[in-house]
Amino acid sequence: MTTKPVLLESREISKSFGSFLANDGINFNILEGEIHGLLGENGAGKSTFVKMVYGLLEPSNGTFYWNGKKIIIARPQEARNFGIGMVFQHFTLFPTLTVIENIQLALNDYFATHELRDTINKKSAEFGITVDPDIYIRDLSVGEQQRVEILRCLLQNPKLLIMDEPTSVLTPQESEQLFSVLKKLSKTGCSILFISHKLKEIKKITQRATILRRGCVVSTVETADVSTEQLAKMMVGSNPQNVKPKTAKKSGDILVRISGLNRPADNPFATALDNISLNVKAGEIKGIAGIAGNGQSELMEVLSGEWRSTENIDVFNVLGTDIRNYSPHKRRQLGVGFLPEERHGHSAVINMKLTENTLLTNHNNPVIQRNNIVKNENLEKLTTNIVDKYDVRTPFQNPHASSLSGGNLQKFVVGREIIKKPKVFFVAQPTWGVDIGATKSIRNSLIDLANDGCGIIVISQDLEELFELADNICVLFRGKLSDSKPLQELNSEKIGMLMGGEDLYSESQGH
Amino acid sequence: MFYLTPRKEISLFFTISIPVISILLTIIFGFFIFSVLGYDPGKALYHFFMSPLSRLDKIADLFVKACPLMIIGTGLVLCFRANIWNIGAEGQLIMGAVFAGGLALSFSETQSLWLLPAMAIFSFIGGALWALFPALLKIKLRTNEILVTLMLTYVASLFLDWLVRGPWRSPTSFGFPLTKYYPDVGLISKIYFPGIGNISQLHWGVFVAILICLLCWFAMEKTVFGFQIKLIGDSPQALRFSGFNESKTTIALFIISGGLAGLAGMIEVSANIGQLQPNISFGYGFTAIIVAFLARLNPAAVIISGLLIALIEVGGDSAQIALAIPKVVTGVFKGILLFFLLAGETLTKYEIGFNYHQKSSLND
Repeated sequence: MTTKPVLLESREISKSFGSFLANDGINFNILEGEIHGLLGENGAGKSTFVKMVYGLLEPSNGTFYWNGKKIIIARPQEARNFGIGMVFQHFTLFPTLTVIENIQLALNDYFATHELRDTINKKSAEFGITVDPDIYIRDLSVGEQQRVEILRCLLQNPKLLIMDEPTSVLTPQESEQLFSVLKKLSKTGCSILFISHKLKEIKKITQRATILRRGCVVSTVETADVSTEQLAKMMVGSNPQNVKPKTAKKSGDILVRISGLNRPADNPFATALDNISLNVKAGEIKGIAGIAGNGQSELMEVLSGEWRSTENIDVFNVLGTDIRNYSPHKRRQLGVGFLPEERHGHSAVINMKLTENTLLTNHNNPVIQRNNIVKNENLEKLTTNIVDKYDVRTPFQNPHASSLSGGNLQKFVVGREIIKKPKVFFVAQPTWGVDIGATKSIRNSLIDLANDGCGIIVISQDLEELFELADNICVLFRGKLSDSKPLQELNSEKIGMLMGGEDLYSESQGH
Repeated sequence: MFYLTPRKEISLFFTISIPVISILLTIIFGFFIFSVLGYDPGKALYHFFMSPLSRLDKIADLFVKACPLMIIGTGLVLCFRANIWNIGAEGQLIMGAVFAGGLALSFSETQSLWLLPAMAIFSFIGGALWALFPALLKIKLRTNEILVTLMLTYVASLFLDWLVRGPWRSPTSFGFPLTKYYPDVGLISKIYFPGIGNISQLHWGVFVAILICLLCWFAMEKTVFGFQIKLIGDSPQALRFSGFNESKTTIALFIISGGLAGLAGMIEVSANIGQLQPNISFGYGFTAIIVAFLARLNPAAVIISGLLIALIEVGGDSAQIALAIPKVVTGVFKGILLFFLLAGETLTKYEIGFNYHQKSSLND
C-alpha cells in the first residue's frame, strides 16, 4: 500500500465555528488509486473536513499538500481544477433543470449539448450507471439523483472523488453496483475518499480508513487488519447499545385497513400506485422495503394525506374511521402520526427555530394555540421536552434547525411525532443519514411505541433497519406492493430479489 | 471577481454602525454633488434632513405623508414574506378609493356617522377584489402575479380617469375632471390635541396606520396565521405536511394586502383631498414596495421605514422650493441615500470575498 505515492495530505488542519472546534489538528493522507474510508458518527467532523478539502470551508489552521506541494483550496472551482470531485449527502442538483443541464453547469468548459449527451451515455455505460440525460431532476428519486451526482463528477475525470455517505439512500444491490463503480474507478488511478458510518461498507471496500471522533483523528487503520467491532469501538468510544426486544402482544385489532389504493402518476416520471392493500395491527411494525423511486414517496403522501382521493382509494380506515378525505391536520387529530423521508423543507424547515418546527405539527393543539394565537411558553416547554427526552444535541437553546447535525434533527422530528403517543404511525426512512448512536435511539423509540400498542408502518430502503424493527415485511416494486411476509420467512437475499421485481412464490415468472 | 457570502452571525456593532456610516456617506456624497452643481451644500443638506424635522408641524406632515406608505407597506410585507409578489398595490389603492368614493357620492346628503366606517369597509373590499383576480388566476391558471397585478394597476388608473371625466364628474366643476365633494361625515378629521389644537394636517388616519402596522406585526409573530405565512414562503411542502391549505393562504394574503392598499386609498382621499380626481396617489403603491423591503420585511419596522421615505420625499420638496434645485437633482440625492442604505443592509448580512487566486473560468 505505502509504495503508492501520496495524493493529498493534510497537516494539522483545524476548523472552529465560534467557540466550537469542529476539526482539531487533522493529520490525514490518501494515496493515489486508494479507496480510503472516513469513518465517524454524525457531528464527528467528517463533513467539515471534506468541505475544506473541497474548498467550501476555509481551514482555521493547517495546510493541505497535493502531490507533495502546498496548496490553498479557496473555492470548489479550484478544487475541481486540481481534480477533486465531490458527491454530497444532500444533493446539489437544480430540480428544474435536466440531467444534461445540471452537468453542463458544473463543467468548466463548454460542450455542445449533443456532444455532452454522447459523453454522458458513454460514461454511464462504462461504469454501469444508467441515467436518461434529458430527464428533469425533480422527477428523479433520491437514489437516481445520486447517480447523476456521481456521473457529474466522473465527467470531470477526477483524481480524487469524495463520496459523502453515498449508500444511505441505496439498496444492497444498488450499493453493490456503486461499489463496483468505485472499484473500477480506483483501478483507473482515481483515489476515493469514502465517508460513511456503516462499518461493513468501510470494511468491504476501503483499503485504509481514518476514524474521527469529536473532531479528532482516533486512528488510521488498514481495514483488513481490524474487525468491525474494533472499528465501532474506535468510532463511538464505547460499545454501542443494542436495539431493544419487542414485547408487544399482537392483539389482533386491525388499526389500519387499506385496500384498492390506486394513485395515477402526476407526471410522466412519477410512479403510479397500483391496487395496494395493507393492514396493520396494534403493536405491529410493518416494514415496506423497496428501491428508491418505486412509489415510496407517492405512498407516503397518501398515508399522510398530502395526496387524497375518495375515487381512487376503495378503503382507507384508521381506527374504524374513513380517513380518505382527511387532511394531514385532521389525521393528526385522530391520533395518526406521520413523518416523510425528507427532513429539509418537508418534515422540518431548516431556516426556522426548533420551536417553530415543533409548531409545524402541533398548531392544532389547544395547549399550544388558542384563537389562532400561539402560546409561546407552552410551545417552548414542549420543544424542551422533545429535546431532552430524545437526546437532541443543540449548540444552544432553541437554535435554527439548520444548526443541528442531520442525526440530531432527525431525532428531533421523530421525537416530535412520538411524544404525542400516536395510535398509528407512518414513517419513511427514519434513520437516513443518521449515525449509529442516533439510529439505535430512534429505532428503540419506535419499538417502545409499538410495545405500547401503536401500529407502525416503516418505509425504508435500509434492510438492516427493517430486519431490526419489522414484524412483517412487504416490498414496493413499480408501485405494486407484495404480500406481507413474517420476518422469519425472509432473508435479505429473498427481499433483495423482491426489490428487483422477482416474484419469490411463482418461480415460473421471470422479470 | 468578487462574491457575497452570508455572515454566520451579525454583530450588534455592525447592526448599529452600518446605518450610521450609510447616512454619513450619503452626506459626504451629497455635499460633493451639490457643490459641483453650484448649490450651497450646507443649505441643501439642511433642507433635506433638518428642515422636515425642524418644527412640530413639519414632523406631523411627515406622518401624514407616511400614512399610506405604512398601511400599504405592512400589507405588502405579509405578501412578500410568503414569496407572493403583489406589486399592483397602486391599482388596489385606486380601486379602494373608487369603492369608498362611490359610496360617499351616492349618499352625498347623509349626516350618518356610519358613512365613514362603511367607506372603510367598501374600500377594503374594492382593493381586495382587485387583488383577488390575480390571486385566482395564479392559483387556477398559474399565471405570474407580478405581471397581472402590475397590468391591473393601469386598468384601475384609467377606470378612475373615466369615472371622474365621465359619469362621476361634478356638474359644478367647470369642466375639470373632479367629482363632487364628499359629505362632511365622509371625511377624516384632524387630530385635536387639547391645549394645542390641530398640528398641521395630522389626522386620525395616521393613528389607524400605526395601529394596522402593529396588528400585522402581532399577526406575523404571534399567531398561527403568521407561521403559515413564513412557511409558505420558506417551504410550501412543509406547509402541506403541516396540514394547511396553500391556496387558501395565498388568497388570504392577496385579500389582506389588496384590502389594506384600498383602505390606504380611501384614507388618503378622505383625509387630504375630499373628492375624487384623476390623480389621487403619488405612486404610493410603488413606493410602498421600497418601504416594505427597507423594513427588512418586518411589519412593525414599516412604521420607521415609511417615515424615512417620507422624510426623503418631503425633504426633496423642501429643497426644490427653497433653493430652486431641479427635481432631477433631488431625485439623484434620494437615489444615493437609498443606495447607501440598501448597500449597508447587504453588507450587514453578507461579507464580500475577493478571488485573486486565478481568473474565473467563465472568462476563458
